[in-house]
Amino acid sequence: MTTQSSVEIGTEWGIVSARQAGRELSKGLGFSSVDQARITTAISELARNIYLYTKNGVIGLEVVNDGHRQGIIITARDQGPGIENLRDVMVDGYSTSGGLGAGLPGVKRLMDEFDIQSNPGEGTLITTTKWLR
Amino acid sequence: MHSSVVDFIYQNKDIYIKKWRSTLDELDLNIYHSSISNEIIEETKAEFIDLVFGTLYTGEGEVAARFRRFADRLIYYHIPLSEFIRSLQLLRRVIMHDLEEQSTKEQYDRYNVDLEDWLDENINKLVDEFSNARENTVNLQNTALKELSAPLIPVFDKICVMPLVGTVDTERAKQIMESLLDGIIQHRAQVVLIDITGVPVVDTMVAHHIIKASQAVQLVGAECILVGIRPEIAQTIVNLGIDLSKIITKSTLQKGVYTALQMTRREIITLDEQRSTEV
Repeated sequence: MTTQSSVEIGTEWGIVSARQAGRELSKGLGFSSVDQARITTAISELARNIYLYTKNGVIGLEVVNDGHRQGIIITARDQGPGIENLRDVMVDGYSTSGGLGAGLPGVKRLMDEFDIQSNPGEGTLITTTKWLR
Repeated sequence: MHSSVVDFIYQNKDIYIKKWRSTLDELDLNIYHSSISNEIIEETKAEFIDLVFGTLYTGEGEVAARFRRFADRLIYYHIPLSEFIRSLQLLRRVIMHDLEEQSTKEQYDRYNVDLEDWLDENINKLVDEFSNARENTVNLQNTALKELSAPLIPVFDKICVMPLVGTVDTERAKQIMESLLDGIIQHRAQVVLIDITGVPVVDTMVAHHIIKASQAVQLVGAECILVGIRPEIAQTIVNLGIDLSKIITKSTLQKGVYTALQMTRREIITLDEQRSTEV
C-alpha cells in the first residue's frame, strides 16, 4: 500500500505546508528525529527552488516498500524554464540567484537516492528517496 | 423593485419558514467540525432564517449589520458557508414550485426574475461579508505575527538576545535584519545572540539569511553569536555543506551569554556567603 500526497507550491506558504506534510509522514513512518530533519530540509530546498525559479509546481510525497524496508519518495515537478546545465547545478557553490548554491547538492547528500531530469523549456522533475533504517 | 414576489413570500412567510426549516435540518453542518454543539447549530439556523426573511421588511443598514454578525458567527464556529448557500438554492426551488401552481405564465416569469434578484442579493451579501470577515481575521493574525516576529531583548549592558521561533521566510528575514541593526544602535550592543532553538528547519536560505545578518552586524561594529543549534539541525547543516565557520556558534543560550560576557570582559561571580549576609 502506498500513501500519496501532493502539495502545490505557488507561494512561500506552500513551502511551509509541504514541509509540514513531510514531517508528519516521516514521523508516522518512524524516522529518527535527525532523518525527519533531513527529509523536511530536503523538501524545503526543493520547494524553495520551485518557488524561486518557476511560477508553480508540485511537491509529491509517497511511501514506498521495496520488500525489505520502507522509505519515503519526494518528487518535485515543475513546468518551469528547466535547467540548462545539470552538471553545474550539482556543484557546491553554483547559484544563479545569489544564494549559497548548496541546495541541490545538499539535497543529494541529505537523501539516499537522487535523480534529476530536466529539459530546457519543459520543466524539471527531481525524485529523491530516503530509506528507513 | 421586487415588491410582488416579496408580498407573496411575506404573506406565506410562516409556511416557507417551516418548509425551509426542514430542508435546513437535512443539511449536515457538522461534517467538517464535529466539535460544534447542536445548540449552536440550531441557533445558527434560526438566525439564518430570521436574517433571510428579515431582508423582506428591514432597512438596508440594519440588514448589512446583521449579515456581518452572521458571517462573524460562521467564522467563529468554523461553520461552512457553502451549506447555507445551498439551502438558499433549495428555498428558491420550494417557492418556485408553489408559484408555478398559483400563478399564470406571465406572472410566473416576472416572479421568477424577482425571486432570483432577491435570493442572489442575499447570497452576494453573505459571500461578501464572509470573505470580508475572513480577510479581517487574516490581517489581524498577520499583524499579531509581525509583532512576535523578531524581538531584540537587552539582557546585560551591551548584550542583546534575539530569540527566533517558527518559520523564517523572506519577509521575516528582512525584519530580523532591520530589528538587529536598529537594536544594536539603540541599545549600544556589542554582542547579539541569535537563538534558533525554535526554528523548525534550517535550509540553505535560512542559513544564508543568518550569514548575511551576521555580516551586517559586524559592519556596525558588533559581534553575532548563533545559539540553540539542535543536534539534528547541526547534522543537516553539515549535510547541506553550509559553512558557518565565520560565525561564532554555541549549543545553548546559556553558553552564548557566558561567551558574550567574556567578549565584553566581564564575568558572573558568586558572592561568598559572609559578604552576602553583611549586605
